Amino acid sequence: MTQETEDKLHDDISAVHEAAWPADVVALQEKFGDGVLSVERGLDCVTVVLAREAIVEACHYLKGHHAYEQVMDICGVDMSEYPGHPADAPRFEVVYHLLSVSENRRLRLKVRANERDLVDSVTEVWPTANWFEREVFDLYGVIFNHHPDLRRILTDYGFEGYPLRKDFPLTGRVEMFFDEMQWRCVYRPNRVENRELVQKSWPEGEHG
Amino acid sequence: MAEIKNYTLNFGPQHPAAHGVLRLVTELDGEVIEKCEPHIGLLHRGTEKLFEHKTYLQNLPYFDRFDYVSMMANEHAYALAVERMLGITPPERAQYIRVMYAELTRILNHCLWLGAVALDIGAMTVFLYCFREREDIFDFYEAVSGARMHASYFRPGGVTKDLPEGLLDRIEAFTESFPGYVDEYETLLTENRIWKQRNVDIGVVDKEAALAWGFTGPMIRGSGIEWDLRKTQPYDVYDKLDFDIPVGVTGDCYDRYLVRVEEMRQSNKIIRQCIDWLRANPGPVKIDDYKLTNPPRAQMKSDMEALIHHFKYFSEGFHVPKGEVYAAVEHPKGEFGVYIVSDGSNKPYRMKVRASGFAHIEALDYMCRGHMVADVVAILGTQDIVFGEVDR
Repeated sequence: MTQETEDKLHDDISAVHEAAWPADVVALQEKFGDGVLSVERGLDCVTVVLAREAIVEACHYLKGHHAYEQVMDICGVDMSEYPGHPADAPRFEVVYHLLSVSENRRLRLKVRANERDLVDSVTEVWPTANWFEREVFDLYGVIFNHHPDLRRILTDYGFEGYPLRKDFPLTGRVEMFFDEMQWRCVYRPNRVENRELVQKSWPEGEHG
Repeated sequence: MAEIKNYTLNFGPQHPAAHGVLRLVTELDGEVIEKCEPHIGLLHRGTEKLFEHKTYLQNLPYFDRFDYVSMMANEHAYALAVERMLGITPPERAQYIRVMYAELTRILNHCLWLGAVALDIGAMTVFLYCFREREDIFDFYEAVSGARMHASYFRPGGVTKDLPEGLLDRIEAFTESFPGYVDEYETLLTENRIWKQRNVDIGVVDKEAALAWGFTGPMIRGSGIEWDLRKTQPYDVYDKLDFDIPVGVTGDCYDRYLVRVEEMRQSNKIIRQCIDWLRANPGPVKIDDYKLTNPPRAQMKSDMEALIHHFKYFSEGFHVPKGEVYAAVEHPKGEFGVYIVSDGSNKPYRMKVRASGFAHIEALDYMCRGHMVADVVAILGTQDIVFGEVDR
């Protein structure tokens, strides 16, 4: 194949790909411009990375104009140990999975944040986001702005640290036992050794 | 005149009607709920943290322990998610087996739900009846996997092994008698005066609220929205099977009860279709790529390469390409989703489980306000809460 035909083929393929963006993603790009940082076709649905400031408005827009009635899931990801993650890029991703029941579509939104950054809460768009955001706060320490009730949810009362961060040890930092003398449960520093039975590995020729 | 104050009542975490370890802090005005705040996390086991330190195969048994009354339905979501990342499709026979077991699991789940809720509301007999049928399904679990509850039977790429001889006959015998058993439950409850008094117009959720609060499964169908992933986003062989989606009208506890009872009948219908197909179509039950599944035992004894594959598969595991995927199934309780982020290694970089019960129990406050204290038990029951999946 000559270079010219190869280029043309490449153009054709990308033309098809660009034309095939779903209408809601195109509309989102038009409306928010620079607020949409990137768009990517995933294995299951399209992923849109948004600027942190745009998330609430984008969610209002998607719910109001593109029938995304439900947010199925909100979760955090600590990208700090992801292979190829730039050191200066924000540490966390907050991932939103939207679902349109009436039009049977899914969409994944992402915003990026560091430890001190505030992510605006989408509780005003979907009340169910309340607990999902509390969970992200509990496990990763991502702080949500304008959240009505940002407390820990899954961990113990008075728990310290953010357990799903990559630098938090698998065995935790404290262990609990029942103290006969005080007749109550108390914490002491963890004495369990961290053990990893199977090492993480990559296929030959690739590495993290 | 005496001063009237609100009364704060603590419910749980150890309470027989809490369906596990749930603590509720309720604020009462007389006997009316003004506010009801669930405290969850008492069964939090950090499974999502553990996932990041285990291989994809080692992670599978943890899924049985999420919603521990519908074990195989959880595995189903995980198997689909990993298969999508790997870009593989299991053989058709494996898909039929998985669908058959997913539907048996639905019956298993709804039987426990019905028995437990009826018991909470004061009907003792239904519990005994339901557990009789659960026992049969546990036997079917045991026949294929050796375990009565935590089966680890579904695998990425198919199922562990084919059905043993004679099992299909036993399951068929069960499906012949099961509709009669459902009639028995209905005789006890559907027109029962007390059952209706406790359930009709309790915990009403309209369509808008059901959507806004992230309801799925029987909870959203009870409110009159026809949404079922088996129909709308079919996975495995659900698009080849004939079944109906029951939908409620008023969105109260009684409608959700009727929806679940009808779902049991529909599941029974699906199982019968699967049995017919499986009888007529023998074949492989997992893909034959030995980098992703284990080779047959006999081959392993004579073939060096198979032995290496076997060793690699069960020690190092398999590598999943970089990327991310969200896969969801119509779990008996609602949408059960698995979100995997892979960094190309043999362990997930991040795996999040979306449990339907988490969103449902969040709406408990919304559903309980203005109801009596006794209705909390009925509403909690109608949500079909299992703390294994809520707390993860």
